[in-house]
Amino acid sequence: MLSGKHPMDSLIASDRIPANASGERLSIEQLWQLLDEVKDPEVPAISVVELGVVRSIEWQDDTLHVCVTPTYSGCPATELIEQMIQSALEQAGLRQFQLETRLAPAWTTDWITPAGREKLREFGIAPPQGSASKLSLMGHSEIIECPHCGSQQTEQVSEFGSTACKALYRCRDCLEPFDYFKCI
Amino acid sequence: MTQQEALQQYLLRLADSDMVLGQRLCELCGHAPALEEELALMNLGLDLIGQARNWYEYAAELEGKGNDADYLAFRRDAGEFRNLLLVEQPNGDYAMTMARQFFFDAWHYQTLQALVNSSDERIAQVAGKAIKEVTYHLRRSIEWMKRLGNGTEESHQRMEVAVEELWRFTGELIEADEVDLMMAEAGIGADPEAVKSAWKQMVTDVMTEATLTLQDENAWMHVGGKRGIHTEHLGFLLAEMQFLPRAYPDAVW
Repeated sequence: MLSGKHPMDSLIASDRIPANASGERLSIEQLWQLLDEVKDPEVPAISVVELGVVRSIEWQDDTLHVCVTPTYSGCPATELIEQMIQSALEQAGLRQFQLETRLAPAWTTDWITPAGREKLREFGIAPPQGSASKLSLMGHSEIIECPHCGSQQTEQVSEFGSTACKALYRCRDCLEPFDYFKCI
Repeated sequence: MTQQEALQQYLLRLADSDMVLGQRLCELCGHAPALEEELALMNLGLDLIGQARNWYEYAAELEGKGNDADYLAFRRDAGEFRNLLLVEQPNGDYAMTMARQFFFDAWHYQTLQALVNSSDERIAQVAGKAIKEVTYHLRRSIEWMKRLGNGTEESHQRMEVAVEELWRFTGELIEADEVDLMMAEAGIGADPEAVKSAWKQMVTDVMTEATLTLQDENAWMHVGGKRGIHTEHLGFLLAEMQFLPRAYPDAVW
């Protein structure tokens, strides 16, 4: 767990209430928008909110609690994402917040938002197809559409791609290689 | 042995096996036979090290000595490691690497399947995350068993050698000891009998399909990893893995 302790904390009155520029506490909706600006460091096309790793944002008294669920157990971006969220909150003037890592329920690609999926496609990454059933985990994957030309004539080149969450594919029509965001 | 002590051991076994195999796979960085394989092996290793961290963190909290996951991974000696002997065996050729992976994945998958329903909530959570990753690992290693077993005369021969060489380390995966039994009894750990029969079935099915010679179930087996008695290979692996944190204790970056 990371806490929002800031080196300047000792210089700030302890009763200071987190506030935006006009001195009001940010609403939950504003906070979701704020974190929607934090991009996934490995797939900068989408935000951590669109990726579905930010699970909840809530005020408990004067402390903001943000709950994050990591994607893969060994994802090297997990800590970086937490730092980026922390820094976004600090830049918005928040001082009293707590970031909490929650493992269960485990992250699933089903949590990637529709807007996130569309942005992945535009970025050249085929979004996960269907939902993360056991069948898809065991390799009964649906047809993966090429994010470049939309062809369904594609083939898997490698089970794993540039990161743990992706597999490498190739389009047999436009011949372009592309990453596919695996269903988990 | 108290239940708490057994739980501590049980967690270290899970963590150490993940960690040591993760380290073995990382040794292939820059040395894998093909780019796709390198990507896959590094991702597998990353998953395993991530899972190890989740288990270590829990073990460290239970231990209550103020140690953290890094301490458990990098400051203990071989005799304190509780990993399966199978995972510390050297990478060898690619048949050896994949046969080791398959025997482990099949065990790992069955074990995690059971741990998802553990009465210990934290264990169920970590397992729930890991099972998704390990399902991929298993699928891949099954494919490789079949590909090499059914491949060329040479690939078949090499896989036969690998299976024969590693078989003596598989007994430990499915033979329960006091810790396993206590944890199963408490509803925390996997039922060893269920893991054993599912593992055997899967190994038999895959090896049959891969046209590989089935090994003797009653063959003499090397055991001891779960109690800290290791083959000579572990010390060398740890020397490399632990060098930096031991040479520069508490270094940060």
